Amino acid sequence: MPFIPHTEADIAAMLDSIGASSLDALFDEIPVDLNCAGLGGIPPSLSEMAVTRLAHGRAAQDGFYSSFLGAGAYEHHIPAAVWQIVSRGEFYTAYTPYQAEASQGTLQLLYEYQTMMASLTGLDVSNASLYDGATALAEAVLMAVRANKAGVRRVLLPDTVHPRYRAVAQAMVKNQGIELVGVPFDKASGITDLAALEVMAGEAAALVIPQPNFFGALERVDALTDWAHAHAMLAIAVANPLALALLKPPGLWGEGTQTRGADICVGDGQPLGVPLSSGGPYFGFMTARQALVRQMPGRMVGRTVDLDGKPGFVLTLQAREQHIRRAKATSNICSNQGLLVTAATIHMALLGPEGLKNVALSSHANTRALIDKLVSLLGVERVFSSPFFHEAVIRVNIPVPDVLRALRAQGILGGYALGRDYPELADCILVCATETKTEDDLEQYRQQLERILSRRNGRDPSVPPCAYK
Amino acid sequence: MLIFEHAQTGRRAHAQAPYDAPAADDLPAELLRGTAPLLPESSELDVVRHYTRLSQKNFSIDTQFYPLGSCTMKYNPRACNTLAMLPQFLARHPLADAETGQGFFACLHELQEMLKQATGMAAVSLAPMAGAHGEFTGVAMIRAYHDARGDTARREIIIPDAAHGTNPATASMCGYTVREIPTDRQGNVDLEALRAVVGPHTAGLMLTNPSTLGVFEKAIVTILKIVHEAGGLAYYDGANLNAILGRVRPGDMGFDAIHINLHKTFSTPHGGGGPGAGPVGVSERLMPFLPIPYVLEERGLYRWAEEGDCSQSIGRLSAFGGNMGVLLRAWVYARMLGGVGLRRVADFATLNANYLAAELQKAGFDLAFPERRASHEFIVSLKKLKDATGVAAMDFAKRLLDYGFHAPTTYFPMLVPECLLIEPTETESKETLDAFVTAMAKVKEEAEMTPELVKGAPHTLPVRRLDDVKAARELDLAWKPV
Repeated sequence: MPFIPHTEADIAAMLDSIGASSLDALFDEIPVDLNCAGLGGIPPSLSEMAVTRLAHGRAAQDGFYSSFLGAGAYEHHIPAAVWQIVSRGEFYTAYTPYQAEASQGTLQLLYEYQTMMASLTGLDVSNASLYDGATALAEAVLMAVRANKAGVRRVLLPDTVHPRYRAVAQAMVKNQGIELVGVPFDKASGITDLAALEVMAGEAAALVIPQPNFFGALERVDALTDWAHAHAMLAIAVANPLALALLKPPGLWGEGTQTRGADICVGDGQPLGVPLSSGGPYFGFMTARQALVRQMPGRMVGRTVDLDGKPGFVLTLQAREQHIRRAKATSNICSNQGLLVTAATIHMALLGPEGLKNVALSSHANTRALIDKLVSLLGVERVFSSPFFHEAVIRVNIPVPDVLRALRAQGILGGYALGRDYPELADCILVCATETKTEDDLEQYRQQLERILSRRNGRDPSVPPCAYK
Repeated sequence: MLIFEHAQTGRRAHAQAPYDAPAADDLPAELLRGTAPLLPESSELDVVRHYTRLSQKNFSIDTQFYPLGSCTMKYNPRACNTLAMLPQFLARHPLADAETGQGFFACLHELQEMLKQATGMAAVSLAPMAGAHGEFTGVAMIRAYHDARGDTARREIIIPDAAHGTNPATASMCGYTVREIPTDRQGNVDLEALRAVVGPHTAGLMLTNPSTLGVFEKAIVTILKIVHEAGGLAYYDGANLNAILGRVRPGDMGFDAIHINLHKTFSTPHGGGGPGAGPVGVSERLMPFLPIPYVLEERGLYRWAEEGDCSQSIGRLSAFGGNMGVLLRAWVYARMLGGVGLRRVADFATLNANYLAAELQKAGFDLAFPERRASHEFIVSLKKLKDATGVAAMDFAKRLLDYGFHAPTTYFPMLVPECLLIEPTETESKETLDAFVTAMAKVKEEAEMTPELVKGAPHTLPVRRLDDVKAARELDLAWKPV
């Protein structure tokens, strides 16, 4: 009986105390005709040793690749200390810190996290996290609509925002009669087209501003923020938190002395110490101006004092939440991604301001170096002219699926095929090289791509196929 | 002391980041950050010691018994963690081709199939990232089903008053109006009240069974018949699925949509508040509306079902498909327990709850529903004690912390005054339960003899009772350097 400690003597004594004749008798209130005959369709129990062998076999089947994929999930070095501490049972197996006095460790850590995220994004307040970046964007849209006193239920969502984020936001807000309106991007620069924005102005509760955008390009965030405010809209930033170690924080976006910066900032915290993990768990972050704090969804931790005046931490503003407000809550969310936030907090504490900035700078430099190498090849060109953070778009003159498949055969994941989401970019690949890539990694990519292009374009390969795998 | 207060300007954990990084001289100055963010400058030892010490201020399953009703705080087997964190699983990029992840997909596909078997549903999607996210998914599918039939007058969701707060909050998020119905004296849904509210506006019913009162809805078949005959669909909140695993399945009861809290029934860790996972199951008529992605198997090859595979899907719920690491832990757990072991979960969770209820009753505590069989949890009401001594359920709960037991769930469900909702789970031994009964009896005695001692609890934790009112009135959500 895995994980069940009862001896036969325990069972007999306990049934006796209850006054029941058998375990079956404990289910006597379930109508007999509903009883199922057990779970025979589920495979028999495996020992820990057997399941270990099975899992190792499955993992080995998947192997490792040299990856240049980004598109919203990024490979970064995670200090060894991060997950060793996160895996401590006191963090790993703790419950939500509703009993504050028995949860000061988790609560203080969340307060430290909120402090770090507020500062990183340049805004006043942070919640204790949401599911992921995409759902955080959906919650920000709902929040902006709630905060709109005129009752406007329309939000401008540029096409340069991550396509998956747009899909999730749509799925989460459509049933509340909220309209999400796309904004086209400039085909030369790859950033949101301000002129198009002027044309489509109209009423809206908010404008979403990605930084960097899905193509890795840096948007003109000051102009976009000011434009939103001039049209009585909130500005919702969607940012890569690592990039913010290098880039202007959303709370300071806008030009001139009248600007108040973005009103809400959301994004995915995965680049801050969370492994790629096949897609999750990650965590969504959300920060905002103080004036919006009561519209925020999710948990928040506040500092207070105990009966003796000693400082301590509690979950606060719970009157916004579902367990108190029920149908009138700001969201139905009833968890946060606590363990991932634990990792991110420790990660940021280990890296510090300079370390985090160096990761951002190295990632930027590596992607620049990769792009320079790739566009030097015949048949490859850069697509957008805007400056970029750590991702950029290249165009290739042979079919993208063929390129990516051939690279994969050499142990390289060459990037993200943009045609999936942008039909007009069917010949384009979004590539990313974080600080984890060495000069040799970049050179391998260049050589393999050159070989593939040369073969397909009918020329002799200038570089012999590489034996590296 | 906060991590920021340990920090020293110029101190660094040198091993952790690229030491030298080239300047970003190609980026326009107006897009760059002027001042550094407020992150601590610390050594690796400072950081490790600080967070290790913080961890020691927490209660956790590994260190304490958590009889926390409705939350299912059972042992989290270590193999689940170790195997979900195999380097290949951790390193895999979510957008990598399916061909590079067949081992990973095989695990998820098996989990999907095992959850179908355990719940009796026609299909399962692993996409939702928490119980509340699963609820949203389920109700959104119900809405999509009615809308697809042009049946758009159905805009009400019926929810019993004992339900989790997430149920009404979810209905609101899906653009529905909530119709709350009362519970009868036996803890059952009031059938007359249900009959009175169903009609052409009914989109569906959300129900937890066993309910949050810790009893099985005996009239479940009748309840679902009333809803279905009115044209509504029935949603099963799987918060208490652990109580009936292998005994009765939601699909056999007649539910159309369900969610399963893997962090409860399948023992993935709570992590101080998350991440969880809330896979959904559906009956045949809701299959076209399942969220994406879910795992498809075609000619022995696994892949995600995506937009092109299911035109009526309610859509995506996350950027990258869900909390994969949680799903892998649940897969390991289900494979270790097997079909027989999963049924034993329900057997022993129920045995422990009924034993604890019986022993507490013998120790002089009032059960909210003494004439009913407890499921995996039960309610004690401290109303008489409060009337006699002024000691409230919250005080009682705080005093239990001093005795090394996490407090039971307090003040939920709201319809039982001064309640403690107690769920021992199957992984606790008789000795632990007996020690808890002793502590409960001791606190009751203290409440009667020295009530101020209990009202001032806790006395032995890192802090004493914290001021919630001050926290909300004088908001301090982020540290500022002095």
